[in-house]
Amino acid sequence: MWRPGTVVVLHDETATARTITLEVPDWPGHVAGQHVDVRLTAPDGYSAVRSYSIASAPNTEGRVELTVERLANGEVSPYLTQEVAIGDRLELRGPIGGWFVWRTQQTEPIQLIAGGSGIVPLMAMIRSRVAAASIAPFRLLYSVREPGAVLYRDELEALSNHGQPVNLTYTYTRAVPKDWPRPPGRIDAALIATSTWPSNLVPTCYVCGPTAFVENAAGLLSDYGNSADKIRTERFGPTGDRK
Amino acid sequence: MDIVSRGFSGRRSAADVKLPPGQYLTTDFPVLSAGPTPHVPLDQWEFTIEDGTGVLRRWNWKSFRDLPAETFRADLHCVTRWSKLGTSWEGVSLDTLLADLKTDASHALAHSYGDYTTNLPLSDLMKKQAWVAFRFDGKDLAPEHGGPARLLVPHLYLWKSAKWVRGITLMHQDKPGFWESLGYHNYGDPWREQRYSGE
Repeated sequence: MWRPGTVVVLHDETATARTITLEVPDWPGHVAGQHVDVRLTAPDGYSAVRSYSIASAPNTEGRVELTVERLANGEVSPYLTQEVAIGDRLELRGPIGGWFVWRTQQTEPIQLIAGGSGIVPLMAMIRSRVAAASIAPFRLLYSVREPGAVLYRDELEALSNHGQPVNLTYTYTRAVPKDWPRPPGRIDAALIATSTWPSNLVPTCYVCGPTAFVENAAGLLSDYGNSADKIRTERFGPTGDRK
Repeated sequence: MDIVSRGFSGRRSAADVKLPPGQYLTTDFPVLSAGPTPHVPLDQWEFTIEDGTGVLRRWNWKSFRDLPAETFRADLHCVTRWSKLGTSWEGVSLDTLLADLKTDASHALAHSYGDYTTNLPLSDLMKKQAWVAFRFDGKDLAPEHGGPARLLVPHLYLWKSAKWVRGITLMHQDKPGFWESLGYHNYGDPWREQRYSGE
C-alpha cells in the first residue's frame, strides 16, 4: 500500500546529504531502524523505487524524516537531494523490516557502529531512546571519510556531552581534524577494544554502512568476543541506494 | 493512484531487458545479510538433508564435490530491488542431492551457518530450479556472497537463496524462516512482486 507524504521541511546535512521531513496523514507508526520504500513516478507512468532508512524516532504526529545521501550515478537520490521542494508529494510504502530495529523495551547495553550515511537508522535508535527516556546505555562508534561528512553533528554533540545518554567516538578514514590522536584509517581491533562495550556485558550491536565497512566492523566485533547472534547488520552496496 | 513526481524523468532500462516489476538493473553484486559473515573452513563444512527426526543424507566437502556438478546461468532478483542478469554459476543441483529420496514432505527449511533459515515448497527445489552453488563467475564463491556454498533458487527473490547453507530439513507443514517471520513474503515470486507479507 502506497501512502502519499507531503514534504514539509528540507534540511541539508552536508554537501551531499539532505534530510526530508514528510507528513504522512495515515502513517501507521514505525520502530527505530526500519526503512521505507519511496516511489517516484514520471509523467509517462515510469516509476522508480528505492529504500531509505527512517531517521526520526517513532512519533504520533505522522512525521517521517529520511536522510538521503546523493549517489553520483543514482537514479532516485539526486532527485531527492536536489529537485524535491516543500509541498511536493512523494509516495511511501512501509515501514519495512523487523530485524535491524531497536525497541524501547530493550534495556541491555547497545553498541552502534556507523559507516558514513549508515548513521541514519542508528540515529533513529538514539532519538527513540531519548524520546522514550530509556535508560539503556548507548555507545556509538561513527566512522566518516572526513570531518565535514558528519551527519547530525550538533545533535550528536548535545547528546554525547558529559552526563548525556550517548558515549560517542568518531573515527576518520581519509582526513582527521587538527591534532586528532589517531591517523585516518579503517576501524581496527584496537579501536574496537577502546571504544565499544566489553563483550562480557553482552551488548546488542547494530552495524550499518557500506558492505566492506560492515564486513570489517562485524568481523572485529565477533573477534572481540561478541556472539554472532548479538550482531545485527545492514549493508548498502554502491548501487543499493539504501541507507 | 500514482502521484507524478514533478521534474522526475528517471532512467529506464533498455527496452529489450525484461525485469520483474519494481526492479532495476545493476552490474555489480551488492551484499545483504542480517549479521556477520560466517567463515566456514572446508574441513569442517557439511551439508545434510534431514526430516526433523534425523539426518537422511550427509556430505562433507570432499564427498559433496565428488557429486556431479553443473554450470548454469541465472538472473538474480533481490527484494531490495536490484536485479543482475545472466550470472554464471557452478553447483550441484538439488535434483542430484534429493535423487531417489522417498519422502512425502511438502516443504523444506534451508538452514545456514550463522543460523539463517528460509522456507520453500519442496517442489521449488526440484526440476532444475535449485542448486547448492560453490563457484560464481569462474571463481570460488566469496564468503560475503555465501561461500563456501550457498543455495541458489533464482526464480524466487534472492533471500530464498540461503548463503552459507548447511542443510535442508524436509517438513510436512510449512514453517516461516528468518525473513519470512520478519515481514517478508512467505513465497517471494519476483514476477508477482511478492516482497512483503500480506501481498
